Amino acid sequence: MTGALVIGAAIAVLCVVVVAWPFLREPNARDDRLIEPGALEQRRLAVAEERDRALAALKELEFDHRTGKISDDDYRSQVGPLRRRAADALRALDVRADGPRRPGRVGREV
Amino acid sequence: MPDLGRAALVIAFLLLVYAAVGGAFAALTRRRRLAASAQNALTAAFGATAVASAVLLVALARHDFSFQYVAEHTSKDLPLGYTLTAFWGGQEGSLLLWLLVLCGYAAAAVLTTRRVARDLLAWTVPVLAGIASFFAFMLVFVSSPFATQHAPADGAGLNPSLQNPYMAIHPPMLYLGYVGLTVPFAFAMGALLSRRTDERWIVATRRWTLAAWAFLGVGQLLGAHWAYVEIGWGGYYAWDPVENAALMPWLVATAYLHSVMIQEKRGMLRVWNMVLVALAFGLSIFGTFLTRSGVIQSIHSFSQSTLGSWFLGFICVIAVGSTALILLRLPLLRSKTKLESLVSREATFLYNNLLLVALSLTILWGVIYPLVSQLVRGEPSTVSKPYYDFFLHTFGLPLLLLMGIGPLVAWRRASVRALGRTFFWPLIVALVAGVVLLVLGAGSSRVGVIAYTFCVFVLASIVLEFARGTRARKALGTESWPGAFVSLIARNRRRYGGYVVHAAVVLLAIGVAGSSAYQTVKEQRLFPGQSMTVAGNTYVFRGYESHRAANHLAIRAIVDEYHGSSHIATLHPGKNSYFAEQQVSNEVAIRHDLLTGADSFLIADQVNANGSIDLKILQKPLVNLIWLAGLVFVAGSLITLWPDAVEERRLAARYAGALAEA
Repeated sequence: MTGALVIGAAIAVLCVVVVAWPFLREPNARDDRLIEPGALEQRRLAVAEERDRALAALKELEFDHRTGKISDDDYRSQVGPLRRRAADALRALDVRADGPRRPGRVGREV
Repeated sequence: MPDLGRAALVIAFLLLVYAAVGGAFAALTRRRRLAASAQNALTAAFGATAVASAVLLVALARHDFSFQYVAEHTSKDLPLGYTLTAFWGGQEGSLLLWLLVLCGYAAAAVLTTRRVARDLLAWTVPVLAGIASFFAFMLVFVSSPFATQHAPADGAGLNPSLQNPYMAIHPPMLYLGYVGLTVPFAFAMGALLSRRTDERWIVATRRWTLAAWAFLGVGQLLGAHWAYVEIGWGGYYAWDPVENAALMPWLVATAYLHSVMIQEKRGMLRVWNMVLVALAFGLSIFGTFLTRSGVIQSIHSFSQSTLGSWFLGFICVIAVGSTALILLRLPLLRSKTKLESLVSREATFLYNNLLLVALSLTILWGVIYPLVSQLVRGEPSTVSKPYYDFFLHTFGLPLLLLMGIGPLVAWRRASVRALGRTFFWPLIVALVAGVVLLVLGAGSSRVGVIAYTFCVFVLASIVLEFARGTRARKALGTESWPGAFVSLIARNRRRYGGYVVHAAVVLLAIGVAGSSAYQTVKEQRLFPGQSMTVAGNTYVFRGYESHRAANHLAIRAIVDEYHGSSHIATLHPGKNSYFAEQQVSNEVAIRHDLLTGADSFLIADQVNANGSIDLKILQKPLVNLIWLAGLVFVAGSLITLWPDAVEERRLAARYAGALAEA
């Protein structure tokens, strides 16, 4: 009984230390705000997702074409809009990150 | 000892309540240290639950009958392995296992995502902790495994059907599956609460969802095999309500795993994915309610208890809460893109989703119908096998066909000419197979022939996909054929791992169709020396033998099996009489034919005092493909789950900005 109580008390103390640890480690935190991405960052993330989707769609299209699931006509009609979508997303990301890209870089990535 | 167990559970409960309330307050008021403290509390709750679990395990190992739970579920002569697995053999212990697994998942999810999705985690932690608090509450206040009593001389023992090696693996696997569905649910709700409805919650939970789904699938197959070798009725799935309770969330999770790809690739079905995640989790809790409430008759149910109303209340809170949250955030979930064509890969995924959810809901109706009937008409009513078989055929066969169609159709849209080219060989192979099957006499079951023809179509399309993919990969560079094959899979693990899982489903379908549509059953009373013939084999009953084991008396019939005049095997079906439990179990004898995949399945229905036996013999063609499907399923799941460094880097780059800011 006593042994169990001692172990139980030790576990309780240990848990309190673990739970209080963020406050013990930074008792006087200069900034305690939980930062969440702002509107700009959320927009960047949405564009990044759009870019990845467009690039993945291009990759899928190429693969489907090579494996015969897409005819040449279908391929030609779909590849242009997809490339434009990807390029638009890459340009939008570039403008947000570090100004316009060098000409040709977007094209190479697409 | 029981005091330590109780104290550990109380500590876990307090930690979880703190994590739920403190975490929600931190997320609302945007307090960083309080949010981190809530995460630590959730992680620490796992430690406290582990201590409580260790206490129960020690009590079981020491046969400490002062623990009511130990006395009710074990006895002195119960072998140590089964004594330890009694941990989850009863209501209270299995609840503790649920909490342990849930806290383990929660701690692991927090530790692996706290750096990559901190803002999302702020709301996910209170959801996880809120759910775990409910289970901890049940264990502390309603159904404690640490209730004590004056120790009796011996315990009541463990139900004989639970004294099987599968007891060590089947329930933990199922729990890893059921409970694992909490993680995607919590992240989805966290995303809604934090208004972060981008794909991060999907990325953060992709592996957790796949792992939970794989565990649930493997757990069900292990349960089916357990039923097959132990229960002694000759089948592996009986549409039992609790079996259905595991199947329903698995079907919905399967739908989600497909539809989430459409969200990732096309940005569509955001609302639908939220609904599926909530439905899968709700159904997993509903399964727990069925098992624990005693409201339905099932071989799996724990005894009648007061837990049912608590679980019903919890299910209502989940259903109302998640529905309200999804409706509240609808404007954030609307997608900008639309389905381009009804003949496209994403369209086949959509059809597959509708069929999977429809199948799941019809099973749900079959499960709750007896309860509804009792409530409305005042008399119980049951839904039997024909109901489930009808819907399995109605939704299952088109699903099987879609598994073959999907991989052959391109994303976005496909032209008729391209479809004709890709479908040509799989269609030809399937049609030839169908004709051959009819010629061989498989037409005795129309559903069987259709299922087999569809299976051949799916297998042909999978083989073609691997062949065309490898050829395309080979054409790109200097890789050898095996190199191209391996790199094809390595670079597209989700797709080709998925195809391997599809192959597993085909094996399962072949096994199920063969063993149910084409099985032979015969029952006869035999005296020593007499014989019976089933599916061309002769079985001669020689007499009985018996031996005494530690906790039971075993009686076995001696049956020689012959094909023509050649002796194939001697089989020993019989019965065990357990001393402490005062129960008799059927012990079947099975001969596997590895060449044909068939089983000879012998059941000693009656061991008669006059020395005769009522012997039931089932010849089950292709049944072993079901268990082979399990191995292929695991292989496919592992391929899909295996980390992809390139993908990880791509996602890390995508979230780099958010990371830097957070």
